[in-house]
Amino acid sequence: MSAVLESPAAPSLSAAKTEKFVMTSGPDFHSHPTYFRERQQAAWEKFTQLPMPARTDETWRFADVKALDLSPFHRAQELGEAERSALLFRSTGLAETSGRMVFGNDRLLAQEFHGDSLRAKGVLWLPIEQAIATQREIIEKHFMREGAILGSQKFAALHESQVRNGTFLYVPRGVEIALPVECFHWSQGEGSAIFPHTIVIAEANSKVTLVDYFGSACDEPGLSVGANDIIVGDGAKVTYVAVQQFNTKSLAFRINNTVVARDAAALALVLNLGGRYVRSEAISHLRGPGGRSDMLSISATEGTQIVDQRTLQIHEAPNTASDLLYKNSLNDQSRAIFTGLIRVEPDAHKTDAYQKVRNLLLTDEAEANSAPGLEIEADDVRCTHGATSGQVDIEELFYLLSRGIPLRSAQRLVVFGFLNEVTERLPNEAICELLRDRLHAKLG
Amino acid sequence: MSTELLEPITDQAAQLDIDRTAGNFSYPEQHAFDAGTGLSHATVDYISDVKSEPDWIREFRHKALDVFFSKPMPTHWASKDLENIVFQNIRYYLANGQKPKRSWDDVTDAEKRTFERLGIPEQERKFLAGVEAQFDSEAVYSNMKKALGDEGVIFVGSTEGLKEHPEIFRKWFGKVIPTGDNKFSALNAAVFSGGSFIYVPKGVKVKHPLQAYFRINAENFGQFERTLIIADEGSEVMYMEGCTAPKFETATLHSAVVELVAMKGAKLQYITVQNWSANVFNLVTKRAIAHEEAEVKWIDCNIGSRLTMKYPGVVLKGRKARGEVISIALAGDGQHQDTGAKMIHAADETTSNIVSKSISLGKGRSTYRGLVHIPKHLKGCKNNTECDALLINPTSRTDTYPAINVRGTGNATQHEASVSQISAEQIFYMQQRGLTKAQAMSLSVNGFVNDLVRQFPMEYSVELKRLIDLEMEGSVG
Repeated sequence: MSAVLESPAAPSLSAAKTEKFVMTSGPDFHSHPTYFRERQQAAWEKFTQLPMPARTDETWRFADVKALDLSPFHRAQELGEAERSALLFRSTGLAETSGRMVFGNDRLLAQEFHGDSLRAKGVLWLPIEQAIATQREIIEKHFMREGAILGSQKFAALHESQVRNGTFLYVPRGVEIALPVECFHWSQGEGSAIFPHTIVIAEANSKVTLVDYFGSACDEPGLSVGANDIIVGDGAKVTYVAVQQFNTKSLAFRINNTVVARDAAALALVLNLGGRYVRSEAISHLRGPGGRSDMLSISATEGTQIVDQRTLQIHEAPNTASDLLYKNSLNDQSRAIFTGLIRVEPDAHKTDAYQKVRNLLLTDEAEANSAPGLEIEADDVRCTHGATSGQVDIEELFYLLSRGIPLRSAQRLVVFGFLNEVTERLPNEAICELLRDRLHAKLG
Repeated sequence: MSTELLEPITDQAAQLDIDRTAGNFSYPEQHAFDAGTGLSHATVDYISDVKSEPDWIREFRHKALDVFFSKPMPTHWASKDLENIVFQNIRYYLANGQKPKRSWDDVTDAEKRTFERLGIPEQERKFLAGVEAQFDSEAVYSNMKKALGDEGVIFVGSTEGLKEHPEIFRKWFGKVIPTGDNKFSALNAAVFSGGSFIYVPKGVKVKHPLQAYFRINAENFGQFERTLIIADEGSEVMYMEGCTAPKFETATLHSAVVELVAMKGAKLQYITVQNWSANVFNLVTKRAIAHEEAEVKWIDCNIGSRLTMKYPGVVLKGRKARGEVISIALAGDGQHQDTGAKMIHAADETTSNIVSKSISLGKGRSTYRGLVHIPKHLKGCKNNTECDALLINPTSRTDTYPAINVRGTGNATQHEASVSQISAEQIFYMQQRGLTKAQAMSLSVNGFVNDLVRQFPMEYSVELKRLIDLEMEGSVG
């Protein structure tokens, strides 16, 4: 094993194809310090020991496990100068932000501070590689401390062993950052594998919004195995938005753990537009009384795209609330898989939990698999869930047609209206606008 | 609000005993036929020999046993409690004879006392069109009103059905639920005995329900009845089953297979009130095929048993077929009611409806597990699913695991589930009107299931209310 680990440079592309590079090459130590290397080594061992998901695994129910083959992928290569500047140019998001970070193939391409809010009062906003080197205490306390308990243990271990970069955002007690922080994560090159990590730690009564963008810089298949740790302290508020626009040949995993403390509020919205197979696991731990978590998702898929989403709302303390709304519009032969669970622990009385998934099937080949679940071990609770699947309402279409709107536009309008209900839950109008633009572009 | 209202159960043992009194008695065993303990191909041969079955049934049993041995326990999704079943400690066939008595006077005294205590002959006199009573492996009593026989209705046991009327029953036997469907359907196929085989000819509308009672009397016994009901074109029939067993120290296994076939335009209703004692593993596979414009309705009520796993299903095979499952589950201390429904849409314009209500008391756990499947290229299919769970005590638990698969633009599904506790305002209102807290809770729980209970025949709904009252008595301080 150690001989493989010591090998300095990544093998060439052609070698990768035959050697299943991601699967066999060992952890990516990069320039991380020893304490972190040890974790990576342990994670790598875990990764090699854990089996690939099988069709009979309950956590992979409905999923096409054959789509998970990692053998075509290798660590992403360093980008050339021209590619770097092209990516920087393409990294456009909101008009007003407090800062922007851009990563290409897990290398930091740029970090910009807009205004002083991110440099004030002890806010730490660093590329992860730097945080790993300088913020050992925080990293040890929070980095991937909540397990990937919805089925992706193996991929979480892969991520941990390979992680090179991403965003680290630490907001001290009472500090409020008004404008969003933006991060772009690009993947480039055939078979490139990236491992983006986002860690947000909002101390008591602080407030911050972070937007992650994920994209492919080319049309060749890539792999992204990402993970998030979002730690919301007492009374703090974190809004997290992810815009996923990988190309439709790419395979993407995302494991999101959110921990909500007393009277804190987390809101996460994921917009899934790209990817061949996208597996997303979102876990909200309601750990302090008065905590609230909003989990939102919009997926608009076409072709043979598969969006596979698993969620867990886990109420560990009394008087907590969670509200999940996932909406999918499915065109062509695309598929949406949803398995969600509201879990109420024995002492979590006065839980108020809601879960709703709605599918709009636009063709006869589109498919939706929904399994919303409840596990309730406390009696003084209010928990409801709902799942619907249906098609575009003929009467809505007719109304639009009778107003002279052509069929295609009318359909797009109905679909857009259906999905837009989710963006309206965001408290930030500028981000809503951005999401609507991206959605419009996808729907054509 | 809850702490004041819902104190923890102090006397859990008392609560468990109260509700079982109706069925908690047994008589000494004097079985003339006993296949012994454990399961092997010799057990299968023994059963086949005493029943003097044709070779094809024997063959069917042996093949099923191999399937049973080869299949793993479904513990990757189901309760780990299944691992506590020791198949080699179970007795697979116990009977006094293979021919049921046609007159109540011929039934042995012990068996007669058993069923009289459960009130069967009385029920029959009142309103039943036909009744069968199964004691351990074989039916001890079977009778049907003569007029029905004249119309061509067949109501016999499984062995008799396959031997005397193969032209009717063989075609569908093991077709709705194939042997390899799951480990327990395979087990049933290997050692099945008893149950009801019913055929209702074209256009015949059986006005009164047909009824069967299943009784386990012996310790360590496994009951494996097999039921097949065929409702021919345009016919109508309602079938009801009730189950009880005494409370032994060791676990008892009940693993039935029930197959229903509703031909074009037929209406079939199947009602179960399951009140096994709290040591019974109740692992039952129930499925129906509904042909064109047929209607199948399962009314499934689970009150007893240690662990019940039962998900009645309907394969909607013909255009405009309709399937319905009404499910009521009550999980007391130490009980796990893992129930639900399956709706497989396989033709255009098929509709299905699932309504499930569960109540968890004490440390009881109720689970809803459902599957709705609408494949591609179907048009106008609709499913509605509603699951409501009521939690009575802080230690009660409920789970909901539905799965909904939909393809295409022509179909609509909706699923809703809610979990709640009894409203404090309601209890306060009733207490303020002079009811005790226990009475108020009982009334409230009965109100929760009332709209479903009303769909039962009168006798059953009265019985059900009584059972709920009894269960509730122990659970409020």
